[in-house]
Amino acid sequence: MIRVMLPFHLRNLARVEGEVQLEIAAPATVPAVLDALERKFPVLRGTIRDHGTLKRRPFIRFFACKEDWSLEPPDTPLPEAVIDGTEPFLIIGAIAGG
Amino acid sequence: MSAIRILVGTKKGAFILTADGRRKNWKVSGPHFAGWEIYHVKGSPADPNRIFASQTSGWFGQIIQRSDDGGKTWNTPGSSPEELKGAGGFPKGESNKFVYEGGAGTHKWYDGTQHPWEFKRVWHIEPSLTDPDTAYAGVEDAAIFKTTDGGKTWKELPGLRKVKGDLWQPGAGGMAVHTILLDPKNEKRIFVAISAGGCFRTDDAGKTWKPITRGLKSLYELPDPDAEVGHCVHRIALHPSRPDVLFMQKHWDVLRTDNAGEQWTEVSGNLPSDFGFPIDVHAHEPETIFVVPIKSDSEHYPPDGKLRVYRSKTGGNEWEPLTKGLPQKDCYVNVLRDAMAVDQLDPGGVYFGTTGGQVYASAAGGNSWNAVVRDLPTVYSVEVQTLP
Repeated sequence: MIRVMLPFHLRNLARVEGEVQLEIAAPATVPAVLDALERKFPVLRGTIRDHGTLKRRPFIRFFACKEDWSLEPPDTPLPEAVIDGTEPFLIIGAIAGG
Repeated sequence: MSAIRILVGTKKGAFILTADGRRKNWKVSGPHFAGWEIYHVKGSPADPNRIFASQTSGWFGQIIQRSDDGGKTWNTPGSSPEELKGAGGFPKGESNKFVYEGGAGTHKWYDGTQHPWEFKRVWHIEPSLTDPDTAYAGVEDAAIFKTTDGGKTWKELPGLRKVKGDLWQPGAGGMAVHTILLDPKNEKRIFVAISAGGCFRTDDAGKTWKPITRGLKSLYELPDPDAEVGHCVHRIALHPSRPDVLFMQKHWDVLRTDNAGEQWTEVSGNLPSDFGFPIDVHAHEPETIFVVPIKSDSEHYPPDGKLRVYRSKTGGNEWEPLTKGLPQKDCYVNVLRDAMAVDQLDPGGVYFGTTGGQVYASAAGGNSWNAVVRDLPTVYSVEVQTLP
């Protein structure tokens, strides 16, 4: 069970409170998490990554276990602590403002 | 008694302002979609309870929202209200997919080089005059999309970008189809305007388009002032009884055409500045038009710090300032292109919103104004529904 924390506006859009829990088959990677997330919440398609290219939107970041996973190669497995649900996978709206 | 519903899009959400036909006591609902940029909110003429909203964000991209109960509840099209009941209910709709047809292509970039077309957001939604499920979306980077299923899916009408799209260039606000006018007498005719792209018309329901810019002059914006495309058209408007007569607020100049855009004539006349953004036509007087002069393209605020709507009752050239109820000193707000609208009551009402968050209403054709609200976020758009 992977725990995903969405940013405020995407929680509102998806009409969820708190974390989202996803069952993901191995290997659990960032694209696998996003695939499962978008299957469960189709309204989020296009909000985290582009529709066609599946490229991460510029102001979105992925954090896990105190590390920035935004630029990791797509086939990199997530940390064990995220896969077993000890740590959440964070989808973050990048800080931009004063 | 009839009623008025003002649909306001702002930098931080949508607001709905309602009043009865006297237009004196207003109720404010909102913010809807709090914290998101709402570029445009517009109701269907065929079903006033159906309202579309363009919800957008630099972080999360584009969402289309739809209400089928006059703005009380909203869903992403494709998600029925029944699906959203109960603890497990969440939106199924995927209404945010705008993909250019046949490859994006390139347009002119700020520095003059070619740059790939990139979808950014929906600036304007124009619902069909007859079918609640059909609407058009004007988007940035400039293109027009159409839905025939109530906003669930959108498909580009790619013929528009084939009209010398490689020569279109973004202005400071971006390069967007910001105005879409549907001809009420000819369902195959549509007019669109694009900032730093120009003005275009289709006579075959969007398959092919032609520039309609003869008579426009852009002395300081284009190397060829009489170019076919590239003019920075800020807004166009028509009266439904005479759809061949169009009025235009260009970057500089106010113009009119009496033949559906084949030839334009400047009608700036005695305006204190012919720079501005919105232009609109009185609901019952096809020759009565409204603009809000702005000092210049370098100073986006009213001349002399006085917020003045100018009205012409002669279709241009002769203009009178309308100031009663509007701030006449120390006012430095702007009025954006989609932020003016008229109602259908008699006497006809006029409404506009400012970058300072005020929405002003005149129930007397502009003779006097009252602030319906004063402290909203920056107003991007104002639309008005006249309800039975």
